[in-house]
Amino acid sequence: MRKLLFAAAASLILAACGSQPPAPEQTGAKVTDTTQSAVQPGAQTQAVSPDQLDMTSLAALKDPRSILSKRSVFFDFNQYVIKDEYKPLLEAHARFLIANPKMKMLIQGNTDERGSREYNVALGQKRADAVKKTLLLLGVKEAQLESVSLGEEKPRNPGHDEAAWAENRRDDMLYSGEY
Amino acid sequence: MRQTFSRLALTSLAAALLGLSAPAPALAQLSIEITGAGTNRMPIAVADFAGDGIVSQALTTVVRADLEHSGQFSLVDPGTAPLAETAPVSYPDWKTRGADALVTGSVTATPDGRYETRFLLYDVQKEAPLGGQAFISSSAQLRATAHRVSDFIYEKLTGVPGIFSTRIAYVVKSTGRYELQIADADGANAQTALASREPIISPTWSPDGTHLAYVSFEAKKPIVYVHSLATGRRHVAANFKGSNSAPAWSPDGKKLAVVLSKDGGSQMYLVNADGSGVTRLAHSSGIDTEPRFSPDGQWIYFTSDRGGSPQIYRIPAAGGDAERITFQGNYNVTPRISPDGKSMAYIARNDGRFQVALMDLATKQTQILTDSSRDESPSFAPNGRTIIYATEIGGRGVLATVSIDGSVKQTLSVQAADVREPAWGPFVK
Repeated sequence: MRKLLFAAAASLILAACGSQPPAPEQTGAKVTDTTQSAVQPGAQTQAVSPDQLDMTSLAALKDPRSILSKRSVFFDFNQYVIKDEYKPLLEAHARFLIANPKMKMLIQGNTDERGSREYNVALGQKRADAVKKTLLLLGVKEAQLESVSLGEEKPRNPGHDEAAWAENRRDDMLYSGEY
Repeated sequence: MRQTFSRLALTSLAAALLGLSAPAPALAQLSIEITGAGTNRMPIAVADFAGDGIVSQALTTVVRADLEHSGQFSLVDPGTAPLAETAPVSYPDWKTRGADALVTGSVTATPDGRYETRFLLYDVQKEAPLGGQAFISSSAQLRATAHRVSDFIYEKLTGVPGIFSTRIAYVVKSTGRYELQIADADGANAQTALASREPIISPTWSPDGTHLAYVSFEAKKPIVYVHSLATGRRHVAANFKGSNSAPAWSPDGKKLAVVLSKDGGSQMYLVNADGSGVTRLAHSSGIDTEPRFSPDGQWIYFTSDRGGSPQIYRIPAAGGDAERITFQGNYNVTPRISPDGKSMAYIARNDGRFQVALMDLATKQTQILTDSSRDESPSFAPNGRTIIYATEIGGRGVLATVSIDGSVKQTLSVQAADVREPAWGPFVK
């Protein structure tokens, strides 16, 4: 976990500098490699946005083209480890919070419906805390963040099958004015 | 009771059609269904009480229902003739009818417009009266009087205090609406203490029955409130940064154990019931939640994942090392200690099914009490003989009760709504 966070922080620094190492022009195989690293999600949003969307502006929070409009992190059953696929998302939100120090974020942890309601409040808290810790490691100020749990009480999908449960094992990130 | 509900529903439908806004609370009455009766039930005859026929029949109907629902009694046909407590009793006749016990009584109007209820209980086998009582009540209190009569009969014949005069709290969820309700133990007289668009969980009674502590999500995060039932006023007992949940009263009613995430993780703290003076109860790196005091106040039982899976532990209330209580299975949660402190109800997961379990704390012997699969939130009746819990039937949340030997079972449901989070109130002083 700690290792992953350092990796995430490192890729944030790379993205912030906007300096991918220049692609050495060699064999075809190597070119494929560099292409993959060029579109690694953390850097992609800055480089590829068609009209230079400002990733630190408030408008970006609601712009569907911006990664910042994505607010959810999903978890495996009974787990509160953040999967690698969400690192770029959290890096983008960390950048935004650092650039907008007056903005606050409420992180709401959620669980599926199985098991004790109160234990699920605690499990949801673990999930919300996991996102909060990642954002803190990425340089966000503690005062900007509050992690809370809604337990199993606010399912996004009211169903009772694995598909519904997977949607409900989730953190949502809300900004000032959204809660 | 179902009929009563339908009539209320129709009334409200009519009101809605007429464009009247029906008052929200009173509609959701619980209806009882008996799904398992006790094995050794004592045959008892409750005669119609003498006096005003309609009033006395209403009263004896409630007494009979109470005794039958307890699972301890079978009702013997008392015949149609009302029998006053002053009337002579022909024991051989009642033996012939198969009754081991008999209740006679009267309800008479007093000059000031109230009612006097008198009754006598007889041991038919021993051919001896076992005692009786007299109550003065308003017509609105007659149902409560009937429960008092049932309490007396139950205690005289079983040696255990009756719980017919106690109340239960629970949460009713209908579309977009959550109501914290209080009802009589038989599901009647439901009243709404709090209605909210956001979830309400974990109601728990103060030891004197005057207040409820609960968790409300109305501020988009869990906050612990203490609510006075008499005044309807409430105050925040815990609202720190992060989540605030799982309130449990100390036996003296002065403090609450709560779970806070303010210092990281979900950890247990004590606060005064007025919300002042927060102190930490324990430290762990994992989840600690669902604290519950033992009735003697010496221990706090709780759920923790410190060993890798959710299990039940206890710590001395004064502080000290944790002791693990559950070992079988990998999901044991929601500890509730019986009023005599000798056993613990909890929820165990067995082959993917969540069920009410009961552990003898001295021998650690465990019994699964239910055959359902979505059980939650067990709560002991104050006489320790019955456990109420939440479960699911046909995809709908209902309440259910089970006797501690697993034999007597009932469900309590509300039409077109989910019922959950039951908490059985204390004895009424």
